[in-house]
Amino acid sequence: MAITLTEKAAYQVQKHLTARGRGLGLRLAVKTSGCSGLAYTLEFVDESAQEDLAFDSFGVTVLVDPKSLAYLDGTELDFVREGLNEGFKFNNPNVKNQCGCGESFTV
Amino acid sequence: MLLQISEPGAKAPPQRRLAAGIDLGTTNSLVATVRDDQAVVLEDSQGRVLLPSVVRYHADQRVEVGHDAKLWQSEDPENTFVSVKRYMGRGLDDLPEHHGAPYRFIDKPGMVQFETHAGSVSPVQVSSEILKSLRERAVQALGGEPSGVVITVPAYFDDAQRQATKDAAKLAGLEVYRLLNEPTAAAVAYGLDQAAEGVYAVYDLGGGTFDISILKLTQGVFKVLATNGDPALGGDDFDRAVYDWLIKQTGFAPTDTRHVRSLLSAARIAKERLSEHPDTGVSVELSDGSVVNLSLSRESFDALTEGLVKKTITPVRKALRDAGLSIQDIKGVVLVGGATRMPCIRQAVADFFQQPPLVDLDPDKVVALGAALQANLLAGNRAGDDWLLLDVIPLSLGIETLGGLSEKIIQRNATIPVARAQEFTTWKDGQTAMSIHVVQGERELVSECRSLARFELRGIPPMVAGAARVRVTYQVDADGLLSVSAAEQISGVEARVEVKPSYGLSDADIARMIEDSYAHAQEDLEARRLHEQRAEAERLVEATESALALDSGLLNPDELAQLGQSLQALKQAIAGSDWQAIKRTADLLNEASTEFAGRRMDYSIKTALTGQKLDALQV
Repeated sequence: MAITLTEKAAYQVQKHLTARGRGLGLRLAVKTSGCSGLAYTLEFVDESAQEDLAFDSFGVTVLVDPKSLAYLDGTELDFVREGLNEGFKFNNPNVKNQCGCGESFTV
Repeated sequence: MLLQISEPGAKAPPQRRLAAGIDLGTTNSLVATVRDDQAVVLEDSQGRVLLPSVVRYHADQRVEVGHDAKLWQSEDPENTFVSVKRYMGRGLDDLPEHHGAPYRFIDKPGMVQFETHAGSVSPVQVSSEILKSLRERAVQALGGEPSGVVITVPAYFDDAQRQATKDAAKLAGLEVYRLLNEPTAAAVAYGLDQAAEGVYAVYDLGGGTFDISILKLTQGVFKVLATNGDPALGGDDFDRAVYDWLIKQTGFAPTDTRHVRSLLSAARIAKERLSEHPDTGVSVELSDGSVVNLSLSRESFDALTEGLVKKTITPVRKALRDAGLSIQDIKGVVLVGGATRMPCIRQAVADFFQQPPLVDLDPDKVVALGAALQANLLAGNRAGDDWLLLDVIPLSLGIETLGGLSEKIIQRNATIPVARAQEFTTWKDGQTAMSIHVVQGERELVSECRSLARFELRGIPPMVAGAARVRVTYQVDADGLLSVSAAEQISGVEARVEVKPSYGLSDADIARMIEDSYAHAQEDLEARRLHEQRAEAERLVEATESALALDSGLLNPDELAQLGQSLQALKQAIAGSDWQAIKRTADLLNEASTEFAGRRMDYSIKTALTGQKLDALQV
């Protein structure tokens, strides 16, 4: 049971958190939406919930609620550059199908 | 696709919508809105904020509202309606006090109507005229139609009165986001919904009515614990006290309405001035045109109105008692209504509650301001999650999809009212019907959620699988009523169902009970069986024992010992908690006593027949 960040991703998160001035860490979650069932959400955390599970990656705290963890277990969050875009990318071993745009996926 | 990190709870930026809060009062009405995060009361073209809740009907169907209508109150009482709020949703039978009113009542089932120059009108229609006037004011000030409004009602209003208020709004062309209790609105205006949890009192002394409400704030939601009041006590009575004093001082008893009105107006002005100054002069014009100048001090005013002030404290006491609370339990007191500007009222409230009341906001406006904040929130102009005043949906509402999975349409903790829609399609070629199963709960499998309703959408034109577009809309109104509709977009066929999902679930405790009932369904079944078997076995023990007490002589000692043993075994089983053991032992006792029962039967027949003649036995 683990969620990890790549070193590059952790560096980016840390940079964002510092710029923001507050926040406990990063929250990863899935919600039902999009064209193929589930979609990822990525948020700063100001308050952790009791049921949250916490992982530490390169000094960054990653919080996941237990329900999302079922879909995310083993995920590695990377920070990549694709053409002109930079952003976070989920490398999720649970994903069976992705919709064309990659916004949503099924497990 | 690459993602960026969002702020927690952030949603798509909402488009700002116009919203207004309306205080539809017995004496005066107001409309307010939120501008730059500040609630402000809207003025009419002449800079006045209060709209007298007075409506006058003319023979030519013209309708006057507010200040213009109020002038005609005494000249044209039959067609000029004041305090129409008292008649909302009320039948003639509910209104013992209507005999004093000058209107021509028509007894109609459900709600009274009034006969006017312009034909008969209902209280709903009269109220809608007031609302129309406020709506125009809002349209002017906001620069467009409000997308929705929040209207306040007294906490004690019942369903009929609330429905009547909603009907009036509809008639006035207003979309009602929800009705809000007046004391709750006042508390919201003071930001108490974000204050510490606890119990608050709202003391509302209006022009002609007095209401006291005890509210409990838990997790940002206000609950009304108790209300009390006096429907015939208000600021007007204080004017009347000064008026009586003026008459006593001058010996002048006016008979015509003009003098009564000017004297009452002098009394009101004196009262209002005394809220700001320790004393005031009063000028009274007598019928001969001469003017008498009097002086009234705040002290004398307090003495004149002492009885009235005391009259408000009795309902306060009652409300506290009904709520089962003492003064020490009250965390804060909010003052509402123009009459609470009087220092004597503030003092009496402070003395009674042993703490200074909240007075920073204009007591005339506070309810409308709270309603505006609420309307602004409901219009989606604020990130709603940090403000939990509203009722929320305790469990997600979903729909069964292929494979027995629950697709959540409305998420848990969504504030109501709320509406969400999602499109579905057919999965078989030529499919003409679709079954909609509405479920509630957080689990993924439908079998692990609570089933709320099922209905079918029929008449979908045959198409290839995936071509039909069925839009399913879930809508939960402010009262927690869920309506689900399914409409096929191409053919327009539609089906719908309504359920009350909050029934028994609005409370977290009850929700937990239901969850427990799922978790312990098997145990419940076992417990039920045990109870049933025990009751049955106890009945058998009692019957056997009473038979033995009467007829043990029919058994030989061996048989008696045998039966006694079975009886003892059953008693032991009853003391245990194995329902199957009880059943087994009871069956044994039944068997062991069969012979005994047979002999008792024979014996009793023999006794009954011995020495009887045959013809005496004929029935």
